[in-house]
Amino acid sequence: MELRSSLGRARGLGSAKEGIGHWWAQRVTAIALVPLAIWFVLAAISLLGADYATFAAWIGTFGNALLMALLVIVLFYHAHLGMQVVIEDYVSGHAALITTLLIVRFALFALAVSCLLAIVLVALKG
Amino acid sequence: MPATERPLSPHIQIYRPQITSGLSIFHRITGVALTLGTLLLTWWLVSAAYGPEAFATAQAFLGSLIGQLVLWGFTFAVFYHLANGVRHLLWDFGWGFELEQLRFSGIVMLAFAAVATLVTLIAGYSLAGGQ
Repeated sequence: MELRSSLGRARGLGSAKEGIGHWWAQRVTAIALVPLAIWFVLAAISLLGADYATFAAWIGTFGNALLMALLVIVLFYHAHLGMQVVIEDYVSGHAALITTLLIVRFALFALAVSCLLAIVLVALKG
Repeated sequence: MPATERPLSPHIQIYRPQITSGLSIFHRITGVALTLGTLLLTWWLVSAAYGPEAFATAQAFLGSLIGQLVLWGFTFAVFYHLANGVRHLLWDFGWGFELEQLRFSGIVMLAFAAVATLVTLIAGYSLAGGQ
Protein backbone atom coordinates (compact mmCIF):
# COMPACT_ATOMS: atom_id res chain seq x y z
CA MET A 1 0.00 0.00 0.00
CA GLU A 2 1.29 3.40 -1.01
CA LEU A 3 1.26 5.71 2.00
CA ARG A 4 2.66 8.77 0.24
CA SER A 5 0.29 11.17 -1.46
CA SER A 6 0.42 11.67 -5.22
CA LEU A 7 1.76 15.17 -4.68
CA GLY A 8 4.42 13.91 -2.30
CA ARG A 9 5.67 11.45 -4.89
CA ALA A 10 5.61 13.95 -7.73
CA ARG A 11 7.20 16.83 -5.87
CA GLY A 12 10.94 17.24 -5.96
CA LEU A 13 12.82 14.18 -7.13
CA GLY A 14 11.74 12.11 -10.09
CA SER A 15 13.58 9.14 -11.55
CA ALA A 16 16.37 11.48 -12.66
CA LYS A 17 16.76 12.66 -9.05
CA GLU A 18 16.47 16.29 -9.99
CA GLY A 19 12.77 16.91 -10.43
CA ILE A 20 11.58 19.16 -13.23
CA GLY A 21 14.25 21.83 -12.75
CA HIS A 22 16.11 20.92 -15.92
CA TRP A 23 12.95 20.84 -18.02
CA TRP A 24 11.82 24.22 -16.71
CA ALA A 25 15.22 25.85 -17.16
CA GLN A 26 15.33 24.64 -20.76
CA ARG A 27 11.91 26.22 -21.46
CA VAL A 28 12.66 29.49 -19.65
CA THR A 29 15.95 29.94 -21.52
CA ALA A 30 14.26 28.97 -24.81
CA ILE A 31 11.62 31.69 -24.35
CA ALA A 32 14.30 34.26 -23.48
CA LEU A 33 16.34 33.25 -26.52
CA VAL A 34 13.52 33.95 -29.01
CA PRO A 35 13.89 37.76 -28.87
CA LEU A 36 17.62 37.61 -28.06
CA ALA A 37 18.45 35.39 -31.05
CA ILE A 38 16.41 37.57 -33.44
CA TRP A 39 18.14 40.66 -32.04
CA PHE A 40 21.54 39.01 -32.50
CA VAL A 41 20.86 38.07 -36.13
CA LEU A 42 19.88 41.68 -36.86
CA ALA A 43 22.93 42.98 -34.97
CA ALA A 44 25.23 40.55 -36.80
CA ILE A 45 23.87 41.75 -40.16
CA SER A 46 24.65 45.36 -39.22
CA LEU A 47 28.20 44.35 -38.19
CA LEU A 48 29.10 42.40 -41.35
CA GLY A 49 32.56 43.50 -42.44
CA ALA A 50 32.77 46.10 -39.67
CA ASP A 51 36.24 47.25 -38.61
CA TYR A 52 37.42 47.25 -35.00
CA ALA A 53 36.47 50.88 -34.30
CA THR A 54 32.91 50.33 -35.54
CA PHE A 55 32.55 47.15 -33.49
CA ALA A 56 34.02 48.74 -30.36
CA ALA A 57 31.69 51.73 -30.70
CA TRP A 58 28.74 49.37 -31.20
CA ILE A 59 29.46 47.21 -28.16
CA GLY A 60 30.44 50.34 -26.20
CA THR A 61 26.76 51.29 -26.20
CA PHE A 62 25.21 50.16 -22.91
CA GLY A 63 22.14 48.58 -24.52
CA ASN A 64 24.20 46.54 -26.99
CA ALA A 65 26.63 45.38 -24.30
CA LEU A 66 23.73 44.44 -22.04
CA LEU A 67 21.85 42.48 -24.72
CA MET A 68 25.07 40.79 -25.83
CA ALA A 69 25.86 39.76 -22.24
CA LEU A 70 22.30 38.50 -21.72
CA LEU A 71 22.48 36.57 -24.98
CA VAL A 72 25.78 34.95 -23.99
CA ILE A 73 24.57 33.93 -20.52
CA VAL A 74 21.23 32.53 -21.68
CA LEU A 75 22.66 30.95 -24.85
CA PHE A 76 25.42 29.05 -23.05
CA TYR A 77 23.05 27.95 -20.29
CA HIS A 78 20.56 26.69 -22.88
CA ALA A 79 23.34 25.01 -24.90
CA HIS A 80 24.58 23.30 -21.75
CA LEU A 81 21.11 22.00 -20.87
CA GLY A 82 20.58 20.73 -24.41
CA MET A 83 23.99 19.10 -24.70
CA GLN A 84 23.40 17.41 -21.35
CA VAL A 85 20.24 15.74 -22.68
CA VAL A 86 21.94 14.69 -25.92
CA ILE A 87 24.95 13.28 -24.06
CA GLU A 88 22.78 11.42 -21.55
CA ASP A 89 20.88 9.87 -24.48
CA TYR A 90 23.81 8.76 -26.61
CA VAL A 91 26.83 8.21 -24.36
CA SER A 92 26.65 4.83 -22.64
CA GLY A 93 28.68 3.72 -19.68
CA HIS A 94 28.77 5.61 -16.40
CA ALA A 95 32.42 6.72 -16.55
CA ALA A 96 32.21 7.85 -20.18
CA LEU A 97 28.96 9.68 -19.46
CA ILE A 98 30.29 11.58 -16.45
CA THR A 99 33.56 12.38 -18.26
CA THR A 100 31.78 13.73 -21.35
CA LEU A 101 29.35 15.75 -19.26
CA LEU A 102 32.19 17.29 -17.27
CA ILE A 103 34.28 18.16 -20.34
CA VAL A 104 31.34 19.77 -22.14
CA ARG A 105 30.27 21.61 -18.99
CA PHE A 106 33.76 23.00 -18.33
CA ALA A 107 34.26 23.93 -21.99
CA LEU A 108 30.94 25.77 -22.27
CA PHE A 109 31.52 27.56 -18.97
CA ALA A 110 34.98 28.68 -20.10
CA LEU A 111 33.60 29.88 -23.44
CA ALA A 112 30.79 31.79 -21.72
CA VAL A 113 33.17 33.57 -19.35
CA SER A 114 35.54 34.34 -22.26
CA CYS A 115 32.66 35.96 -24.16
CA LEU A 116 31.56 38.00 -21.13
CA LEU A 117 35.11 39.20 -20.41
CA ALA A 118 35.60 40.13 -24.07
CA ILE A 119 32.34 42.10 -24.10
CA VAL A 120 33.34 44.07 -21.01
CA LEU A 121 36.92 44.71 -22.19
CA VAL A 122 35.93 45.94 -25.66
CA ALA A 123 32.96 47.90 -24.33
CA LEU A 124 35.23 49.78 -21.94
CA LYS A 125 37.56 50.71 -24.83
CA GLY A 126 34.74 51.61 -27.23
CA MET B 1 24.80 -5.41 -17.87
CA PRO B 2 22.91 -8.06 -19.92
CA ALA B 3 24.90 -9.22 -22.94
CA THR B 4 21.80 -9.99 -25.02
CA GLU B 5 22.02 -8.35 -28.46
CA ARG B 6 18.51 -6.99 -28.79
CA PRO B 7 17.51 -4.76 -31.69
CA LEU B 8 17.47 -1.12 -30.69
CA SER B 9 14.34 0.94 -31.05
CA PRO B 10 13.72 2.75 -33.36
CA HIS B 11 15.05 0.13 -35.76
CA ILE B 12 16.48 2.75 -38.09
CA GLN B 13 17.65 0.31 -40.78
CA ILE B 14 14.05 -0.61 -41.61
CA TYR B 15 12.35 2.53 -40.30
CA ARG B 16 10.39 4.45 -42.93
CA PRO B 17 11.49 8.12 -42.77
CA GLN B 18 8.74 10.44 -41.56
CA ILE B 19 8.60 14.22 -41.47
CA THR B 20 7.94 14.12 -37.71
CA SER B 21 10.99 12.03 -36.77
CA GLY B 22 13.15 13.78 -39.37
CA LEU B 23 12.36 17.25 -38.04
CA SER B 24 12.86 16.00 -34.49
CA ILE B 25 16.37 14.65 -35.02
CA PHE B 26 17.26 17.74 -37.06
CA HIS B 27 16.33 19.85 -34.02
CA ARG B 28 19.01 18.01 -32.08
CA ILE B 29 21.50 18.22 -34.93
CA THR B 30 21.01 21.99 -35.24
CA GLY B 31 21.24 22.32 -31.46
CA VAL B 32 24.58 20.53 -31.34
CA ALA B 33 25.78 22.45 -34.43
CA LEU B 34 24.83 25.76 -32.81
CA THR B 35 26.65 24.73 -29.64
CA LEU B 36 29.75 24.17 -31.78
CA GLY B 37 28.97 27.55 -33.35
CA THR B 38 29.52 29.19 -29.97
CA LEU B 39 33.23 28.54 -30.66
CA LEU B 40 32.95 30.92 -33.62
CA LEU B 41 31.01 33.47 -31.55
CA THR B 42 33.64 33.27 -28.81
CA TRP B 43 36.50 33.63 -31.32
CA TRP B 44 34.78 36.70 -32.82
CA LEU B 45 34.28 38.41 -29.42
CA VAL B 46 37.65 37.42 -27.96
CA SER B 47 39.48 38.54 -31.12
CA ALA B 48 38.05 42.00 -30.53
CA ALA B 49 39.37 41.89 -26.96
CA TYR B 50 42.82 41.12 -28.40
CA GLY B 51 42.71 44.24 -30.54
CA PRO B 52 42.15 45.62 -34.07
CA GLU B 53 44.48 43.18 -35.92
CA ALA B 54 42.98 40.04 -34.40
CA PHE B 55 39.45 41.37 -34.97
CA ALA B 56 40.28 42.18 -38.61
CA THR B 57 41.51 38.58 -39.06
CA ALA B 58 38.25 37.20 -37.63
CA GLN B 59 36.13 39.54 -39.75
CA ALA B 60 38.17 38.63 -42.85
CA PHE B 61 37.53 34.92 -42.23
CA LEU B 62 33.79 35.52 -41.74
CA GLY B 63 33.75 37.53 -44.97
CA SER B 64 35.62 34.86 -46.95
CA LEU B 65 33.75 32.31 -49.06
CA ILE B 66 34.07 29.59 -46.42
CA GLY B 67 33.10 32.04 -43.68
CA GLN B 68 30.04 33.13 -45.65
CA LEU B 69 28.96 29.51 -46.20
CA VAL B 70 29.40 28.80 -42.49
CA LEU B 71 27.32 31.86 -41.61
CA TRP B 72 24.55 30.82 -44.04
CA GLY B 73 24.50 27.43 -42.34
CA PHE B 74 24.33 28.90 -38.87
CA THR B 75 21.65 31.38 -39.98
CA PHE B 76 19.45 28.50 -41.12
CA ALA B 77 20.29 26.49 -37.99
CA VAL B 78 19.30 29.44 -35.76
CA PHE B 79 15.96 29.97 -37.50
CA TYR B 80 15.22 26.25 -37.69
CA HIS B 81 16.02 25.66 -34.03
CA LEU B 82 14.10 28.81 -33.06
CA ALA B 83 10.98 27.92 -35.06
CA ASN B 84 10.98 24.28 -34.02
CA GLY B 85 11.65 25.39 -30.45
CA VAL B 86 8.50 27.52 -30.54
CA ARG B 87 6.71 24.43 -31.92
CA HIS B 88 7.99 22.52 -28.89
CA LEU B 89 6.75 25.27 -26.55
CA LEU B 90 3.30 25.05 -28.17
CA TRP B 91 3.31 21.29 -27.56
CA ASP B 92 4.16 22.04 -23.93
CA PHE B 93 0.85 23.91 -23.79
CA GLY B 94 -0.82 20.82 -25.21
CA TRP B 95 -1.43 22.27 -28.67
CA GLY B 96 -1.07 20.47 -31.98
CA PHE B 97 -0.49 16.82 -31.11
CA GLU B 98 -2.72 15.38 -33.89
CA LEU B 99 -0.70 13.82 -36.71
CA GLU B 100 -2.12 16.21 -39.32
CA GLN B 101 -1.33 19.22 -37.10
CA LEU B 102 2.19 17.90 -36.54
CA ARG B 103 2.80 17.63 -40.29
CA PHE B 104 1.25 21.05 -40.93
CA SER B 105 3.20 22.86 -38.17
CA GLY B 106 6.34 21.10 -39.36
CA ILE B 107 5.91 22.40 -42.91
CA VAL B 108 5.01 25.91 -41.65
CA MET B 109 8.10 25.88 -39.43
CA LEU B 110 10.36 24.73 -42.27
CA ALA B 111 8.93 27.40 -44.58
CA PHE B 112 9.51 30.07 -41.92
CA ALA B 113 13.11 28.95 -41.39
CA ALA B 114 13.78 28.95 -45.14
CA VAL B 115 12.18 32.37 -45.74
CA ALA B 116 13.81 33.95 -42.67
CA THR B 117 17.20 32.63 -43.77
CA LEU B 118 16.66 34.01 -47.28
CA VAL B 119 15.54 37.42 -45.97
CA THR B 120 18.57 37.53 -43.66
CA LEU B 121 20.93 36.67 -46.52
CA ILE B 122 19.38 39.31 -48.80
CA ALA B 123 19.56 41.91 -46.01
CA GLY B 124 23.13 40.92 -45.21
CA TYR B 125 24.36 41.12 -48.79
CA SER B 126 22.59 44.37 -49.58
CA LEU B 127 23.87 46.04 -46.38
CA ALA B 128 27.41 44.68 -46.77
CA GLY B 129 27.53 46.08 -50.29
CA GLY B 130 27.15 42.76 -52.10
CA GLN B 131 30.61 41.39 -51.37
